[in-house]
Amino acid sequence: MSAITTDDKTYNFDVVRAFTICAVVYLVVGATVGVYIASELAWPVLNFDIPYITFGRLRPLHTNVVIFAFGGCTLMATSFYIAQRTCHVRLWSDKMAWFTFWGWNLVMVLAVITLPLGMTSGKEYAELEWWIDIILAVVWLSYMFNFIMTLAIRKTSHIYVANWFFLGMMIMITYLHVGNSLAIPVDFTKSYSMFPGVQDAMIQWWYGHNAVGYFLTAGFLGIMYYFIPKQSGLPIFSYRLSVLHFWALMFGYAWLGAHHLQYTALPDWTGSLGAAVSIAMIIPSWGGALNGLLTLSGAWHKLRDDYILRFLIVSLAFYAMSTFEGPVMSVKTVNALSHYTDWTIGHVHSGALGWVAMVSIGAIYHMVERMWNTKIYSTAMVAAHFWLATIGAVIYVCAMWVSGIMQGLMWRATDDYGNLTYTFVESVAAMHPFYAMRAIGGMIFLLGAIIMLYNIVMTIRSADKQPSMATAKA
Amino acid sequence: MSSNNEKMSFQEKTETNVWLLVATLALGLTVAGIVEIVPLFYLPQTMDAGLTEEEDNIRPYTALELEGRDVYIREGCYLCHSQMIRPFRDEKERYGHYSIAAESKYDHPFQWGSKRTGPDLARVGGKYSDEWHFQHMMCPKCVVPDSVMPNYPWLADALVDHDTTAKKMAALRMVGVPYTDADEAGAADAVKGKTEMEAMIAYLQVLGTMVNFQEGKDYRK
Repeated sequence: MSAITTDDKTYNFDVVRAFTICAVVYLVVGATVGVYIASELAWPVLNFDIPYITFGRLRPLHTNVVIFAFGGCTLMATSFYIAQRTCHVRLWSDKMAWFTFWGWNLVMVLAVITLPLGMTSGKEYAELEWWIDIILAVVWLSYMFNFIMTLAIRKTSHIYVANWFFLGMMIMITYLHVGNSLAIPVDFTKSYSMFPGVQDAMIQWWYGHNAVGYFLTAGFLGIMYYFIPKQSGLPIFSYRLSVLHFWALMFGYAWLGAHHLQYTALPDWTGSLGAAVSIAMIIPSWGGALNGLLTLSGAWHKLRDDYILRFLIVSLAFYAMSTFEGPVMSVKTVNALSHYTDWTIGHVHSGALGWVAMVSIGAIYHMVERMWNTKIYSTAMVAAHFWLATIGAVIYVCAMWVSGIMQGLMWRATDDYGNLTYTFVESVAAMHPFYAMRAIGGMIFLLGAIIMLYNIVMTIRSADKQPSMATAKA
Repeated sequence: MSSNNEKMSFQEKTETNVWLLVATLALGLTVAGIVEIVPLFYLPQTMDAGLTEEEDNIRPYTALELEGRDVYIREGCYLCHSQMIRPFRDEKERYGHYSIAAESKYDHPFQWGSKRTGPDLARVGGKYSDEWHFQHMMCPKCVVPDSVMPNYPWLADALVDHDTTAKKMAALRMVGVPYTDADEAGAADAVKGKTEMEAMIAYLQVLGTMVNFQEGKDYRK
């Protein structure tokens, strides 16, 4: 561990640093928009009759910023960092890496401009209009190509497990993005999906669930496979388990999208097939979670004073929890209740806040210390961030569990005469306390993210003041 | 792991040859999509619910309805309203007959949604008057006090851009919606001077009204 130095002559860490800073900024931006739209549902007056900030226009902005801006920058920072470290070579092309960096940020800026203007393809998590989709595809391919070429010129004999996950993620996201974005343009502000109703629905959820399965799961498992062993100083629990769970996850996850369409006008067999594979996916998912958690077996005391490790380990606990919850929700009888309710939102956020954000935050703190050759500005702030993030996520998820199950039960409730017990709007009114609670949970999480941004800015500023080890050596 | 003398396992080959790893993944990742998506394009029972001629009045949206649908998409209505009624008793009571595939065969993109922060709209057509919809979109809370829906007053002021309507129809024709030359030619006049609110109401009023369902008949086989 002590042998790690920031050697900018060997590795391109500048682009990793840039992606890292962007990731933290986008986390704050994305979470802020999230807190705002959560508050709009609790207190609708916040829509202020301004078209650009209504829930319907800001919600796509929230999802795009947290998934693609925060998640994307985190993936690009960590994958470029890990590929260089584990292959013992510099990135194949510095220029292409910077093209990816500026291109990705351009797409995110375009998202921030166009989505509030109402330019949308109308497909969840893929709202960007056709010409932005094309830019995004080109930038994505540059990222993938550079990554593959870096693996190709590696000086190590074997490709490290983290890189398998990144590679699988990159290939699948290429398929998904291109497949789901196929559209006929009308003009720069409007296009129509190439696929009609049923087929469009299946392709959308093949995309939608695999954006979760590959972008937000496989990619972040890559992060887990590098940073948990590094931060704990222990080898990964089982190589065999990682091989098994990698291939099972890669092959299996792609089937799950159909479980979003249970009981819809889609043919029954598709939903049933999706549910069957979803249930089987508990095994590879928990295989990954256990492989990370058991890495610490015999060394759990490290959690007592290492807050970065705490982020990483708690993320796996959330991961195990939500990958159990997901298959349960895909079972038809449960889905009949949970679909269309806030339970889905709660499930997504136990994955997004608990797993994706936590593992990213742990990895970012770890990388910042190494890339700027310094210690984190304030460990107390990291500790505070840990508790705020954990408590915020738990409040959020619990609020949505209660409201989701309550909605499902209220909608189907009938009285002794067989009439519906509640009008729809009674269920809306009953949600208010939970929407308020969710907004507060989100605010607590956001506060943690703001502390992180401050802490990292201060870390970098203090690192700049003292000569780094790299310059001292030169 | 095997030493150099032993035969390399396939796993080890993928770990030492990035191109083999890329190729294996590129192939393996397509399987699920091929199995789940491709049949939907050719299996006849996907779209065919056995509608008789009297039952089947499914047609492409008129120019005004189409413009309304685009406002619906622009405002992100699908993020809080579903358009897909499931075959459950409570949904039948609340929303009406369950949805069938043919009803969204001209929908590019589909608008089934995934969340009911507000009620399902698949059969909202004809349920309320135009005036009710107008009042409701101007100020939902004035009509439904506990509503959390935003006000949409700007829809009443903005005129539909009649220049693009024909272009929209032309684009939809390319993906298989059977608009005619006459539809395109008349598109601009059909929406000229109409507000986005009028377009939106026209769209909402047609939702779920194109099939005359027979009581007791099974439309999902």
